[in-house]
Amino acid sequence: MKKILALLLAALMVFGLAACGGAEDKNTMSESPLPATELVVDYEVKDDFKIGFICLHDEKSTYDKNFLDAADEMIKAVGLTTDQYIIKINIPEGKECYEAAADLVDQGCDIIFANSFGHEDFMLQAAKEFPEVQFCHATGYKAHLENVANYHNAFASIYEGRYLAGIAAGLKLNEMIKDGKITAEQAKMGYVGAFTYAEVISGYSSFYLGAKSVCPTVTMDVQFTGSWYDAIEEQNAAEALIARDCVLISQHADSMGAPGACEAAKVPNVSYNGATYESCPETFIVSSRINWAPYFNYIVKCVNTGAKIDTDWCGGIAEGSVVLTGVNEAVAAEGTVEAIKNAIAGLKDGTVKVFNTANFTVEGKAVTGDAVVNGIFEESKSQSAPYFDLRIDGITLLNEKF
Amino acid sequence: MSKTESKKRTPFVHIVKRDPASLTWYHKLLVRGVAIVAALLVCGVLITLLTGKNPIEVYGSMIDGVFGSSRRVWNMLQGVAMLLCVSLAVTPAFKMKFWNIGAEGQVLISGLACVATMMFLGDKMPLWLLLTVMTVVSILSGMIWALLPAVFKAYWNTNETLFTLMMNYVATQLVAYFLKVFVKDGSGVLSPMDQYGLPVIGGQAYLLNIILVALITVVVYIYLKYSKQGYEISVVGESENTARYIGINVKKVIIRTMLVSGAICGIAGLLLVGGTNHTISTTTVGGRGFTAIMVSWLAKFNPLYMILTSALVIFLEKGAQQVSTDFRISSSISDIVTGIILLFIIGCEFFLQYRVVIRKNRKENA
Repeated sequence: MKKILALLLAALMVFGLAACGGAEDKNTMSESPLPATELVVDYEVKDDFKIGFICLHDEKSTYDKNFLDAADEMIKAVGLTTDQYIIKINIPEGKECYEAAADLVDQGCDIIFANSFGHEDFMLQAAKEFPEVQFCHATGYKAHLENVANYHNAFASIYEGRYLAGIAAGLKLNEMIKDGKITAEQAKMGYVGAFTYAEVISGYSSFYLGAKSVCPTVTMDVQFTGSWYDAIEEQNAAEALIARDCVLISQHADSMGAPGACEAAKVPNVSYNGATYESCPETFIVSSRINWAPYFNYIVKCVNTGAKIDTDWCGGIAEGSVVLTGVNEAVAAEGTVEAIKNAIAGLKDGTVKVFNTANFTVEGKAVTGDAVVNGIFEESKSQSAPYFDLRIDGITLLNEKF
Repeated sequence: MSKTESKKRTPFVHIVKRDPASLTWYHKLLVRGVAIVAALLVCGVLITLLTGKNPIEVYGSMIDGVFGSSRRVWNMLQGVAMLLCVSLAVTPAFKMKFWNIGAEGQVLISGLACVATMMFLGDKMPLWLLLTVMTVVSILSGMIWALLPAVFKAYWNTNETLFTLMMNYVATQLVAYFLKVFVKDGSGVLSPMDQYGLPVIGGQAYLLNIILVALITVVVYIYLKYSKQGYEISVVGESENTARYIGINVKKVIIRTMLVSGAICGIAGLLLVGGTNHTISTTTVGGRGFTAIMVSWLAKFNPLYMILTSALVIFLEKGAQQVSTDFRISSSISDIVTGIILLFIIGCEFFLQYRVVIRKNRKENA
């Protein structure tokens, strides 16, 4: 009897949950202002063509899932058969990566791609040993230093995506100021970062500059966690930032820690690497991510047409490498989608530059130096991976131990 | 028999230890063979149920993953050699019933010492001297990491299982700390220092490791089976009191044996870091320190059998990787398969030592 009762209760709860889900199903997401574009396949794939992928983890990691989804999209668009691609998952950043690459060569791959920063040395080692095979590595920086003809780096100008997301954040702050919730001086954002690397610094700086472009009084606190994936630490960092009166949070780390803390505290959140809308419908504004499918399409095209692959390839908005989710209109300020669309047009025609030195200072002074050309800090020009690591005014780093 | 005992109800099923002489070698072989076949069948059914793949193809892919190319065979041999080396290291301590589960840390710390030597002395001395220093430093660090728990066990009878386990974490965190110090670009990955590696013989990167481990296997076998020290280890393992009674210095044996364990772990660290990886990360040892325990147990602490048991573990591991690549199924499926096969093998060892007796008719019993 007890058992039947328990079963009934369980069934009731399942239905209850389903009902809840149904009730909240009214979708407040807009169309994406910057959606993933369809891949253009204007080339013939040779019958004996084969591509190999090396991934650090499997689909359980949001970082790797982003690559695997892109690989699947390319495979489908190009129409590769199952014996024309091999995907190796859970390859650590060590000798195993070299062995995986060499094994892919043995199996007849013409081109091999690896997705994690720490794979770089081992991909280089394989590239030197197998000069007839092309090696591509995401997020690395050694291609232009090593000068190995068949070794290439790739990244995306995700700082442009962050800038656009920053505009959405700035407009939200303006709305709060207009509604009298905060004064213009209290417009402070919080940012949860992983490490103090250029990749993270470039990311939060462009986010801040995006917000500043519409809300001139904005300031930002940054808290680092020292890990790419640590839900507890990220949650703690977000809560600490909220306690320091940050009225809007964004993050550059892969877990649900920070978005979850925001939803609990009802603080608006700008996300990264995938939509957190489903779990955070009351605080999610917009999210940016890198779409790797255009790069995969590009390298497959190069190999099949005999073209040379760029040593450093940095995909931008035009290439479809930077994409945004839809804007959650239940949270975002009015006119956010239009403002983002205008900025996209500006970035495309060159009238908007993210790292325009006219818009920021370091210790009160304008920035000069080798990377600054005509007043623009040229991010991702000399190498595809980000290298903007200036500590610009208006941003306070709460800790720097990582 | 007393009355009370005869009245006691015999359980329907009970387990009785077998007389070791009651089974001939072909019986044992048969039981083990049946266990493996049964394990493969169960896994096959499970794979079909969970993924809808043809189990024959899955096993074919496993075999392909291990023997499919000469590179894969070399990789497999290297895998077996490294796992065997760590298993050999824990065996003397285990035979003494000293539960050293700290091989992971002992190997890692010697790898760290080795990498530090390569970094800071690499350009300061000729290669032959560097290699000598690397060898000495690696072996010494492994010994120190093993000596600490041994001394505490010998003099203050601390729990060696906990102590050696904790030493693993200390070693892992030390490696993490020094990687932060050594690596300036923030990637956390130390670029391999290929110029300072152990010599490559016969054009095969792993050949030296394989030969050295084969040598160590023979030496450990002889040491445990034929030397006086090996005999002392067995006696201490059987009963410390007996050992004391016949005049064995138990403290000395514990410490000496752990030094041997640590030294072999040191060699494993040297081969992993100096021989093949030329760099280090917190996962360089990759759980071998723990897998080695199983390898050693399965082989009943016999170094020659350990060749087989470590080969089995590596076969399952490499084969499973290939399955997850070929069929794009989660690597968890491969772990499940590996787990089932090992469970059957360990299970059949149980049935070789014990037999299940089903209660016979009451009358007969009385």
